[in-house]
Amino acid sequence: MFYVIKRILATIPVMVVVALFVFCIIRLGPGDPASVIAGDYATAEDIQEIRIKLGLADPIPVQMGKWFVQLASGDLGKSYHSNMQVTKLISQRLEPTLLLAATTIILTILVAVPLGTLAAYKAGSWVDKFVMVFSVAGFSIPVFVLGYILVYIFAMELRWLPVQGYRSPFDDSFLQFVKHITMPAVTLSVIYIALISRMTRASVVEVLNEDYVRTARAKGQSEFKILLRHALPNAAVPIVTVLGISIALMIGGVVVTESVYNIPGLGRLVLDAVLSRDYGVIQGLILFFSFIYIFINLLIDLSYTLIDPRIRY
Amino acid sequence: MVLKIENLTVKLPKGADREFAIEDVSLNVDKGEIVCVVGESGSGKSVTAFTIMGLIPRKELTPTAGKILLEGEDLLTKDNAEMRKFRGSRIGMIFQEPMTALNPVMKVGKQIEELLTIHTKHNEQERKKIILEAMDAVKLPDPSKIFNTYPHQLSGGQRQRIMIAMALVLEPNLLIADEPTTALDVTTQAEVLALVKEIQRIKGMGVLFITHDFGVVADIADRVVVMQNGLVVEEGSRDKILHSPEHPYTQMLINSVPSLDPPDRSMENVQDTKVVQMSSVHKTYGSLGIFGRGRTVKAVQDVSLDLHGGELVGIVGESGSGKSTLARCLVRLIDPTDGGIMINGKDISTLSRSHLRPQRNEFQIVFQDPYRSLNPRRTIEQSLIEGPMNFGMGRTEAVAKAREVLEIVGISPDAMGRFPHQFSGGQRQRICIARAVVMEPKLIVADEAVSALDVSVQRQVLDLFLDIRQRFGMAMLFITHDLRVAAQVCDRVVVMQHGKVVEQGKTTDVYNNPQHPYTKELLAAAPGRDVKFNQL
Repeated sequence: MFYVIKRILATIPVMVVVALFVFCIIRLGPGDPASVIAGDYATAEDIQEIRIKLGLADPIPVQMGKWFVQLASGDLGKSYHSNMQVTKLISQRLEPTLLLAATTIILTILVAVPLGTLAAYKAGSWVDKFVMVFSVAGFSIPVFVLGYILVYIFAMELRWLPVQGYRSPFDDSFLQFVKHITMPAVTLSVIYIALISRMTRASVVEVLNEDYVRTARAKGQSEFKILLRHALPNAAVPIVTVLGISIALMIGGVVVTESVYNIPGLGRLVLDAVLSRDYGVIQGLILFFSFIYIFINLLIDLSYTLIDPRIRY
Repeated sequence: MVLKIENLTVKLPKGADREFAIEDVSLNVDKGEIVCVVGESGSGKSVTAFTIMGLIPRKELTPTAGKILLEGEDLLTKDNAEMRKFRGSRIGMIFQEPMTALNPVMKVGKQIEELLTIHTKHNEQERKKIILEAMDAVKLPDPSKIFNTYPHQLSGGQRQRIMIAMALVLEPNLLIADEPTTALDVTTQAEVLALVKEIQRIKGMGVLFITHDFGVVADIADRVVVMQNGLVVEEGSRDKILHSPEHPYTQMLINSVPSLDPPDRSMENVQDTKVVQMSSVHKTYGSLGIFGRGRTVKAVQDVSLDLHGGELVGIVGESGSGKSTLARCLVRLIDPTDGGIMINGKDISTLSRSHLRPQRNEFQIVFQDPYRSLNPRRTIEQSLIEGPMNFGMGRTEAVAKAREVLEIVGISPDAMGRFPHQFSGGQRQRICIARAVVMEPKLIVADEAVSALDVSVQRQVLDLFLDIRQRFGMAMLFITHDLRVAAQVCDRVVVMQHGKVVEQGKTTDVYNNPQHPYTKELLAAAPGRDVKFNQL
């Protein structure tokens, strides 16, 4: 418990550093939000007026100070374009992204862990080689290429699934949700399945050589239960670690996948905000993502204590 | 007859150093009998044990001839599913290293319970009752509490007791024990041996006991089977094998076992000059941290020790006694927390790294595992000349020196261009010793340097150490857990327990007239006390 509180408190300085970085990097990049908002035919005075209104005319340290004061009260700021609260924007777009990510992770675990374990158990056989070839292919294919191939096959030729879009399971039927989420989730999960099945294989191969696996055989235990009860729990720590990293990396994949399938999630929000130089939204979103990232890492670290009783903080 | 092995032959895969892992092996285990299979590494004793259990990879190790009859049923004709019914229920097995043989992330009670769920139809309450009884039978304190612990929370002896409880919970008629006490401390070993013997007497089962240690054989065996290179060379009762062995290999093995009686020593090698002066050395691991919640381990506490030139001093103790930590402090592989270490008149305990480096040639260390202490990608020549050249010797001179020392340690200098994997374990340890000797040190620290070696090789390497000491007159500090080794080579012994020196003195005095209770306990626990083995 002491450890959990310590870890949560430790996220505060991390968030401050992230905020600092975000603030500086955005302003170092080219482009001016005021001129984007003003449009192509605006005069210099118009642009300056918008700048003053948005607070962009203030000296940089003053802008930073204002932003930090805002953050301290839990306010992520406003969009420069729509004038909406960033927190509101996020909450509007959160559901599709969250459900896409969750479906992807579940799909990844369900496919990758059994696949990797099977490859490890049959190490050196054709099953193993097949899984590894699949894994290399999964690593190499970009999300947008795979996305369009799947759309071509399943949406345009076979007409089994819709081409694009998103249906909420809460507003629409669950079946519609599944139909719409399947292809994006498959597209996004392929690379993680490749990564995690490889990791699982390596980890389980190592564990299968351990003495306690031999002990389990000496007890007369069946091979299936040896894998399930002895090998996998001991192989879990590295697998969970990579899973944690994958979830963090997924933020990038979500942006591309949401664009390919036209899903109104956070990924689209990021893309739009970057294209229109909407500093307020970009800052808010990056902070939000980094918070998620830190939170997931904390969960992963805490899960170690459940997986392996030898690990104590 | 519980177990009858007839003419068993197991083939090795192509490209191995011999055709058969074991050849034409026949042996019997009767009800109520403990049969020891002894042999050095590579003798095929473990292959025999694992073939009985069907735990060998059949593609690599293929039984090609013979029968393994367990109470009349031939195990070699059973497929895997049928063998599973035998394993655990009719044959129990215990292994060498109880830490790794137990699943680290499963409670020990559950690990024993697994056997009952596989082989019996008892319900949960009955299972628990049986497990607690089994734990009680192996003398585990407070079984209901231990039921819910993980292996890392238990001591080595307790873990091995769990393994024994596990192997015996279904009351098999045959127990196979593969070096079950080798990884244990000597006092724990004595307890576990006594336990195995007692349970065997009560249950009347047959035990096949694999070991390399003749002390253990002397303590536990009813009958002995001696194996060499996959063949049974001699078989007989305990007394016959130990007291009047017939086969030359058995004779050689028994003659190689160091006696627990230290020989009288002339002390003529010991010079007056003090090479090492350690004064109240402390080493504490870990720190309390800013909140004072950290944990510290006092690995070495207040150890003072002098070594004279040409003197061979042994540090004996069980695991966790701090003997290795002390050795590492002495050669500054780790930094002592407190205390002074004078080597050849210079205090090296607090020297900075850059000031320490010029002194490094004066003290050298030989490690336990010769397989891992030589760089596999460098030739012996490269490993041997590296040190002298670092201290300014020219290449030709260093090579000449290396050849000279290799000759002394009994390795042909012409083999200098070879890599470590082309040598056997004993040869590698000789090379490690040569590597230390070419530096012409004033002190050599040998950290369990003969523990990983087979008994016949161990004997030769011990002779080599004594020879080197005589030739070069350096001081030697011999770290060992093996009281027999210490008895035969050390002028003086220091007994350590929990980081402290509990007793020290001339070897003959300490062995013949121990003062501290712990020393007495150690000596009493040494296996095979009642059999006279050879003095060096």
